Amino acid sequence: MGYASKRTITFHFLSETRYRAVPVQLSLHAFSFRFDFMLPIVEHPAAAKAFVTDPNRSRWHDQALWFVRSKRDLQAGSIPEWEYLRETASAIKTHTIANLGDYLEQFERNATARGAIVHWARDGEHHNQIVLKILQQHRAHRIVKSKSMLTEECGLNHYLEDNGIDVVDTDLGERIVQLRGETPSHIVLPAIHIKKEEVGDTFHKHLGTDEGASDPKYLAEAARGDLRDKFLAGEVGITGVNFAIAETGGFVICTNEGNADLGTSLPRVHIACMGIEKLLPRQQDLGVFTRLLARSATGQPITSYTSHFNGPRDENSELHIVLVDNGRTKLRESETFRAAMHCIRCGACMNTCPVYRRSGGHSYRATVPGPIGSVLSPTRDANTYKSLPYACSLCGSCSDVCPVKIPLHHQLLAWRGELVGKKLLPRSKRWSMAMASLLFRSPRMFALSGKIGRAALRILPRWATHNRFNKWTIARELPLPPNESFRQWHRKHRSK
Amino acid sequence: MTDTPQADVSARQSILDRIRTKQVHSAPLPTIDFQRVQSFDDPLDRFAQSLVSVGGQAHMVDSVNDVKPIMDQIPVFRDASQIVSLVPECIRGTVDTAAIHDPHTLSDVDWTIARGEFLVAENGSIWVDGNTLPHRVLLFIAQYLAIVVPKSEIVATMHHAYQRIEGFDGRFGIFVSGPSKTADIEQSLVLGAHGCRKLQVFIVDQM
Ligand code: SF4
Repeated sequence: MGYASKRTITFHFLSETRYRAVPVQLSLHAFSFRFDFMLPIVEHPAAAKAFVTDPNRSRWHDQALWFVRSKRDLQAGSIPEWEYLRETASAIKTHTIANLGDYLEQFERNATARGAIVHWARDGEHHNQIVLKILQQHRAHRIVKSKSMLTEECGLNHYLEDNGIDVVDTDLGERIVQLRGETPSHIVLPAIHIKKEEVGDTFHKHLGTDEGASDPKYLAEAARGDLRDKFLAGEVGITGVNFAIAETGGFVICTNEGNADLGTSLPRVHIACMGIEKLLPRQQDLGVFTRLLARSATGQPITSYTSHFNGPRDENSELHIVLVDNGRTKLRESETFRAAMHCIRCGACMNTCPVYRRSGGHSYRATVPGPIGSVLSPTRDANTYKSLPYACSLCGSCSDVCPVKIPLHHQLLAWRGELVGKKLLPRSKRWSMAMASLLFRSPRMFALSGKIGRAALRILPRWATHNRFNKWTIARELPLPPNESFRQWHRKHRSK
Repeated sequence: MTDTPQADVSARQSILDRIRTKQVHSAPLPTIDFQRVQSFDDPLDRFAQSLVSVGGQAHMVDSVNDVKPIMDQIPVFRDASQIVSLVPECIRGTVDTAAIHDPHTLSDVDWTIARGEFLVAENGSIWVDGNTLPHRVLLFIAQYLAIVVPKSEIVATMHHAYQRIEGFDGRFGIFVSGPSKTADIEQSLVLGAHGCRKLQVFIVDQM
């Protein structure tokens, strides 16, 4: 029991210093993006603060995502072979990533034979240049884009806008976020952090909807009307890719809104951007992945539209496919983190994550938030994202729901080990860990601090523990101190 | 147009080189064992249930002649003026797509009546072969969509579906499941996001 009280004190010390390490005063507005520049190193607890301390928003967000998670459970539970599907999906991805070079070449060959033009991009910047060049060749200035986490990752929108090109995000959630000058807070539900009243304000300002109107049906109808015009005016359609098939050279896009289809069946030019890990060897593999994707993502049996593109629309149209590395080949070299390349971006790990649900996607300050984001972001830049592997309680729920069986919580734990090795832990945490380590190595010190802890809990007046310097007690009571330590208790009872 | 920029060639090589320098061993590619995949006692019933759950409506009819009377009971069909029918034996269209070259001119289409190849019981989706569409956009731009499918053409799961379209060689094909929808505003489901607002599926016994 002495252990328990000591643990309380140690953790309280840790959480205290973590907050104090943050050098900036936080703006109360949860989604202030100027932030990114003020805070080069992402301190997740600090970045989450505004969201977490708004109990209404935090609870509402938590419940919205739990609702999606529950729908996923219903779908997963309705398929007896669910675990078999996950195992197969994982094995297909493991095999594909291992033989990625061959499959990429096969895909390129077959896609080219079907009339597509395949481009290879080293990184985000290179990807953006390739896309811009295609647009310039066609003198295109109005782009309709459907949801693509890859183009978010590469910062394509800003790049194109800086080059005088008008990009319209056509997924409703992304459109809301775009009009508000924000970024998506979730990879499947980009506007999950925004309330309908806020959408109403945004639409009133940009689309001229009635002031104060917040009925989702009315707002969605307004967006439909507005985006129809954009679709009809679009000169080039840009999309992401859910799955690309090496054996056919084709690819599949899954949407509920039909925006990717509308955006690519009107203009003559279609640019599809994909990370090199999106590949599947055979068309039949789609059977496994289309069964898993929507069920894991939103709890639907399948998306409304699962579209298969093989080459350009007709002889007068063009299809460009941009294959993007941007750190993926580097990730592939790591035995520990390679499996993260299996990710099909379903978002299930976010919906289930107790930290994500309460802190909101923006607190990760990364394109991909949540558990998978906390694994991927530090592979890009360990120093900037070093706090993310700690935004995790190691409950393991993410690994349980992941349709491709990425061992997410093991990877997050592995990251913590790597960060210690790289000496990237904040000094406060390194010191406190060193202290704790000393303490745990010396039985006498351990016993003594336990005694002090128990006594302190008993005699300290409330104001000494519950004050503004102790964040740990904001929403908690301290435990009642036990009368004796576990060792004392054990000594007394072992002779019986 | 098809010239590949120099940078692309070197990027291609460096990406492939980096992959090949790191040899990774793995088990061979697994293939789904159909014995372990679910099946349904009444696949048609399962299809209809699934379709309702995704916001569509299924109608079981005996022959192609039964489609029109049902459609005539739907007010938005009775009032429609721009109808594209790719299944003329059921419904006569009012727009002749043969005369249309630019898909943009289809922006006012009220209804598209399309042909489906087969049904997938587990999720209420219908495979539509792009070769049956004079313009791909017809499926997405119409305010309302009806798909007509022969009753005998049904498979249990997506594994069966892909087995059935193995070797599919068309430029476009799609599984359509329900009308277009969004839940991006506070998770409230709204039917009719960008594509069709409603989906009617006619499952025809003799076709
Ligand atoms: S890591 Fe797994 S659960 Fe998370 S988004 Fe990727 S596929 Fe989905």
